[in-house]
Amino acid sequence: MLVFILKRLGLAALVAVTVSAISFSLLFLAGDPATALAGEQATDVDIEAIRRLYGFDRPVLVQYWDWLAKALQGDFGESYYFKLPVADLVLQRLSITMTLGVCGISFALLTAVPLGVIAAIRPNSLIDRLALLLSVMGQAMPSFWFGLMLIVIFSIQLGWLPPSGTKTWVHFIMPTVVLGYYAMPAIMRLTRAGMLEVLASDYIRTARAKGAGEGRVLFKHALRNAIIPVVSLAAVQMGFMLGGSIVVESIFALHGAGYLAWESIGRNDLPTVQALILIFSMFYIVFTFLSDVVNAWLDPRMRAG
Amino acid sequence: METAVNDPILKVRNLRLTIPLGAGSLNAVRGIDFDLQRGETLCIVGESGSGKSLTALSIIDLLGRGIERRADRLEFDGIDLLKAGRSQMRSLRGDRMAMIFQEPMTSLNPAYTIGDQLVEAFRLHRKADRAAARARAVELLEKVGITAAASRLGQYPHQLSGGLRQRVMIAMALMCEPELIIADEPTTALDVTIQAQILHLLAELTREMGVAMILITHDLGVVARVADKVAVMYAGELVETGTAKKVFEAPVHPYTRGLLGCIPVPGRTQRGAPLGAIPGIVPSLISEVSGCAFRSRCAEATEACGAFIPHRVASEGSHSFRCVHESGRKAGAEAGT
Repeated sequence: MLVFILKRLGLAALVAVTVSAISFSLLFLAGDPATALAGEQATDVDIEAIRRLYGFDRPVLVQYWDWLAKALQGDFGESYYFKLPVADLVLQRLSITMTLGVCGISFALLTAVPLGVIAAIRPNSLIDRLALLLSVMGQAMPSFWFGLMLIVIFSIQLGWLPPSGTKTWVHFIMPTVVLGYYAMPAIMRLTRAGMLEVLASDYIRTARAKGAGEGRVLFKHALRNAIIPVVSLAAVQMGFMLGGSIVVESIFALHGAGYLAWESIGRNDLPTVQALILIFSMFYIVFTFLSDVVNAWLDPRMRAG
Repeated sequence: METAVNDPILKVRNLRLTIPLGAGSLNAVRGIDFDLQRGETLCIVGESGSGKSLTALSIIDLLGRGIERRADRLEFDGIDLLKAGRSQMRSLRGDRMAMIFQEPMTSLNPAYTIGDQLVEAFRLHRKADRAAARARAVELLEKVGITAAASRLGQYPHQLSGGLRQRVMIAMALMCEPELIIADEPTTALDVTIQAQILHLLAELTREMGVAMILITHDLGVVARVADKVAVMYAGELVETGTAKKVFEAPVHPYTRGLLGCIPVPGRTQRGAPLGAIPGIVPSLISEVSGCAFRSRCAEATEACGAFIPHRVASEGSHSFRCVHESGRKAGAEAGT
């Protein structure tokens, strides 16, 4: 198990370096950064001055190394727009996004896994059909529309929940539901399919032949095997929720990291964009690593790889 | 309820298993009877689809959803299994009756160690503590011939070969000292070289521990070596039952004779000569089947075979068969197949 974890850590580090190189090179893919910074009315002299000021005249590798070394120490430079250290800016916004992401994936898992299990125990039953209906709706309904509908019903009509802001946990209820509901269908279907397959397997029959009760058969023998692909999916979705919650953050005016990324792209605020891309990618890497570890714990066959 | 020692451990009368289909229903098992004494080995033989496995699963109540089980009597040590509730069946399964399945490669849970899976039934039924259960597991692993038994407990199924896994399955079935073991083609999925070892082991252990066994197989060579009694199944019916000696030495039913004719005998079967085969296929069991199900493939078939088929007693005692012909042969037919 330890060997497995070390191997995966090494792999994760390699991916992280690659991603950092890509996110750094974004700066140059978007055109000459000095020209972009200088603005439309700038003269060649101005651009040259900016180029020297920001160090764009140095060799690319040196710039990358410089940026990476600082980034590792938590220094992502200064935001062109806010004139604040990017690290502070991102950290403050990230706490909102993290809260939202954790709540969203928890909501998705806590609804989708039990529903998927029940649906698999009684295939084609009423509850199975209901779960299917719920997941089709979740897949078909755009988040922005669902979010707006929730605001119309619970904030405007009923006045139960605040429509926007981040002050208390109550503010996070609707965003959590919208974000979680988006992730729910895939998790539910995967859980259902996994459980159906596992419940038909020979070792479940063996467990029953030993006299194990239904609860033991379902949760000890079946769920542990059925949940393995769900863990991988949830990790990817968690990463996606952190980076891709822009829509939800916009609707509910949660000024999180997703929203910041969207703003910064519009403002050509490259240090901020770079930092966000790097951090979001790191989250993906961390979640993938964690899901690999969890899966290796669940399934001993994976520990070899 | 007190039961006498010489009462059969298992009593089956007119067992019928029906699988409802869209149009009609498939009569997979059509009224079979047998008794199994304590410590006795009964081999059920017959070709694929004859209802052997379903019969086995119906005794331990592990039939798939939707399969209907009916019988006049189905008793295990005096307990009416037809009336037993789910929790009563659960307390019997794995404790007093155990099962060994066909596929050792997939019959063990990949997520748990051999040790965990071995002790599970013992801890469930005996409320034993972990240490006692593990000691018992080691004892049985040694019994089934696994070396370094204690260190195997921490291994996972994927780390063992098929033969070892089936040994583990056997040890698992024996954990609670069951009175009945049902082994459903336990060696079909194994290498030929391992098959004999495993069967030998199974026969030896059941004899040594006094466990009654129903062994399902289509390997007649196996039957000859381990069976006390043989039941030949064809298309959901027992066509011939009797002691292994009687059935092998003096098979009566044309199907049994056909089956035995399929085995090459060293010295008697010529090299390169075609092996025996029974022409034709098993008839469809959807909706009612009347008369003898084997008659379309039987060399002895006459018009009478379409009517009611009586149970007949061959020679003496426990050897019986179902055929319209009194001796299993058309009147006037020559002996020898």
